[in-house]
Amino acid sequence: MLGSDGNAREPYIAYKNWLDGEDTKRLHRKSEDAEAFFRRTGITFNVYGEDEGDERLIPFDVIPRILSAGEWRKLSRGIEQRVKAINAFLYDIYHRQEILRAGRIPVELIANNIAFLPQMIGVNPPGGIYTHIIGTDIVRTGPGEFYVLEDNARTPSGVSYMLENRETMLHMFPELFARIGVQEVSSYPNNLRRSLAACAPPQCTGKPVVAVLTPGIHNSAYFEHSFLADQMGAELVEGHDLKIVDGRVAMRTTQGYTPIDVIYRRIDDDYLDPLNFLPNSMLGVPGIMDVYRSGGITIANAPGTGIADDKALYSYMPDIIEFYTGQKPLLENVPTWRCSEKDQLDYVLEHLAELVVKEVHGSGGYGMLVGPAASKKEVEDFRAKLIGNASNYIAQPTLALSTVPIFTEKGLSPRHVDLRPFVLVSPDRIDITPGGLTRVAMTEGSLVVNSSQGGGTKDTWVLEE
Amino acid sequence: MLGKTAASLFWMSRLLERTENSARLIEAGFRIALTHSSSASDEWASILASSGTKKSYLAKHADYSSVKVIDYLLRDKDNPGSVISLIKQARDSARTGRIALTREVWEATNEAWMNLKTALANPVDERDLPEVLAVIRKQSSLVRGAVLGTMLRNDGFDFIRLGTFIERADSTARILDVKYYLLLPSIAQIGTGVDNVQWETILRSVSAQRSYRWLNGSDISALSVAEYLILNRQMPRSLAFCYAQISDNLGYLESEYGSEVTSHRLATDICNRLLGQPVQNIFEGGLHEFIVEFLAANNSLAAQIESDYNFQDRIS
Repeated sequence: MLGSDGNAREPYIAYKNWLDGEDTKRLHRKSEDAEAFFRRTGITFNVYGEDEGDERLIPFDVIPRILSAGEWRKLSRGIEQRVKAINAFLYDIYHRQEILRAGRIPVELIANNIAFLPQMIGVNPPGGIYTHIIGTDIVRTGPGEFYVLEDNARTPSGVSYMLENRETMLHMFPELFARIGVQEVSSYPNNLRRSLAACAPPQCTGKPVVAVLTPGIHNSAYFEHSFLADQMGAELVEGHDLKIVDGRVAMRTTQGYTPIDVIYRRIDDDYLDPLNFLPNSMLGVPGIMDVYRSGGITIANAPGTGIADDKALYSYMPDIIEFYTGQKPLLENVPTWRCSEKDQLDYVLEHLAELVVKEVHGSGGYGMLVGPAASKKEVEDFRAKLIGNASNYIAQPTLALSTVPIFTEKGLSPRHVDLRPFVLVSPDRIDITPGGLTRVAMTEGSLVVNSSQGGGTKDTWVLEE
Repeated sequence: MLGKTAASLFWMSRLLERTENSARLIEAGFRIALTHSSSASDEWASILASSGTKKSYLAKHADYSSVKVIDYLLRDKDNPGSVISLIKQARDSARTGRIALTREVWEATNEAWMNLKTALANPVDERDLPEVLAVIRKQSSLVRGAVLGTMLRNDGFDFIRLGTFIERADSTARILDVKYYLLLPSIAQIGTGVDNVQWETILRSVSAQRSYRWLNGSDISALSVAEYLILNRQMPRSLAFCYAQISDNLGYLESEYGSEVTSHRLATDICNRLLGQPVQNIFEGGLHEFIVEFLAANNSLAAQIESDYNFQDRIS
C-alpha cells in the first residue's frame, strides 16, 4: 500500500483516505460479518483427509488489493500474449511439433512428460482452442515489475472466490464503491458461458448445451463447480449422470437422455475416460474421447493441455512466446533452475537454503521447499529427495516480493501476496476479467499463499481509467 | 432437469421432513416420560419402532432409559436415523441439487445444518430438550417457508413437495400403527373405553391435539382419531391431505413435461382405493392391515417416481 517514501502509492490514495477515517472497531465487526456470510452461503472448501463434514473457510481479508488502470493494462497485454502463445504451442505440439524440429525445446521434455497425451496427437479441438480457461499466477516485485510464477492452463480454480470476495465487499462497504471507481468482475460467468458456447463442436446444431463436470460434493472445489454451473445457468453433472447415446455425450434428465455440446470439466485428464485412461476411474465417461475425436463434444479445457503448465516447461516459456509470436515476452518469467541438468542441479544444491524448490508436477503448495523459511534439518531432508530424483524438481530464487497490508487483531500488517487473473479464450476473442484472485500468506514473512496451506484471499480492485 | 438433481431435491425435503417428525416423536415420548407413568419404557420402545431404529438401538443399549434413547435419536452419529445424521444427509442432498435451489432455500438448509450441529454438539440436558426440539422443528419450517416463498413453481418445486408429502404420509401412518398396537393389545378392545391421555399422545406426535379439539371437542376415540389422521383433508399431516398434494404435484409434472407417467396413476389409485372409503370400512378390515397396505403402496409410489423421472441409472 505504501511506497518507499512512506506515503500511499498512487492507486491506494483514495482508499487510504477512506481507511484513515474508519473506526477500527467497525472494521473488526465487518471482518466477523464476512466470516458469518461465507459460512452461511457455504463458501467453503473441503480438506482432503479430514472428516468429510469438516469444511473450512478460506480466510478473507477486508483490505482490498488495488491495481491502477495502467498496471492492469501492462499486465493484461502480457497475459494475452502468453495465452496466445500457449494455445499455439499446444496446437503445434499435438500436430507438426515445429518447435521440437527447430530445437527450441528439448524433445525429452515432451517425450517423457506424463502430461503429454499421445491420444491427442492429430486431434483438432473445436475452434482450435486448447485452453479455454487459464489462470496466470503473477507476483509484483516493485513499481511496474511483474513476474509470472506459473501458468495454470489445466484446470485453474479460485474464480468463485474472486466473485464472492467482491460480492462480500459490495455488501459490507457499499459507500466505498460509490467513492472509488472499481472495474466490475461480475460479468465473468456470462463471459464464461459465451466463451464456452462459442467453442461448440461441429455436430452441435442448435443452441449449445453447456455442462460443468464435477467429481462430486466431496471434492475440495465443489463449491466452485456448483457456483459456476449455477451462475452460468448450466447443468452440474457427475460422470454417472452421463453416457454415450447415439454417438453423443448425453446427460440423464428427468425426461430421458439429452445431448451435451460443451463440457467444462473439472476433473483431470487421467479420470476423463476409463476406456482411454485410468480404467478404474468412476469419475469420467467411458467413450467420451471417441465422441470428442469425432467432433461430437467440446471438452474445456482440452485433454492434454496440462503439458503447457508443467513446471519443467515453464522455464522455456520465454522461448515459446518468442517462437510463436515473434515478440519478446511482455511479462518476465522468474529465473528457474532445472534440476534435470547437472550444472544447474549443482548450483541448486549449493544454494539450497536460499531457494524455493518445487516438484515439476506439484500443485497446491505440496512437496516444496522454501529454503529461507526452512530449518536446517528440513533443508537436508529435502537435499536427499532432490538428489534421489533430480529431474522431478525445479528451483527459483526467493523474489523480493512486494507486500500488501492485511487487517489483523493489532491493526494493519504486511503480507506477501500473489495474483491470479482469469482469462477466457474463444475463437474470436480473449477476455481477461479486470481483477483476479489475490492470495495472501497469512503468516508474517511466509511466501506460501496456497489455500491448502492456510493462505487467505482478498478482493482485487482494478481502478477505472 | 438432471435425474440426479431431481433425486437430490426429493431427498433433501424427505430428510428434512424426517428430522421434523423425529423431533415430534421425541417430544411425545418425553411427555410420557415426564409423567413417570409405568408406560414410559413402552412409549420409548414404540417411538424407536416408529422411527425404524428399534433394532439398531437394542444392538447398542440394553434398556430404554430416557437419556439413552434421546441421545440415540438426536445425536448418535452411528444411527443413520438420528437428527444429526439426517440433517447432514439433507444438507448434502441440497449441496448436490444446489443449482436448482434459490439462494434462500440453500442458505436456510445450510443454516439448519449449522444450527443443529451447534445445538447437538453436546448431550442435551433434559431441561433443554423442549427448546432443542423446537429448534429442530423451526429449522425445518424455515426451509419449507423459503421453498414456498421463493421457488419457481417448476419441476424442481414439484420434486421438493413430493419428497415432503411422501415422507409425511409414511410418518403419520407409522405413528398410527405403532401406537395403535401399543395401546390396543387386543382387537376386541376396539371401541371400548381407551385411555384418553394415551390417544392424545398420538395426536401430540403430529402436533394435532388442539386442531382435533377444534373439530371434535373433547371426545377422543380410536375411530375418530384414526379418521382424523387418515381421512381429514384439512389436516396437513393426514394421509388424505398428503395424497391430495402428491396427486397435484404429479399432475403439474405431467403437464410441464407433456407426458403421462405411471406414478400419477398409482397415486390416484391410492387416493381412490385406500383413502376413498369411510373409516368404518378401514376398521372392519383391520386398521393395522390397512396401514401395512398403505405403507407398501406409499413405498411403491416413491419407487415409481424414482423410476419415472430417472433418479438413478438402472442400466449401469
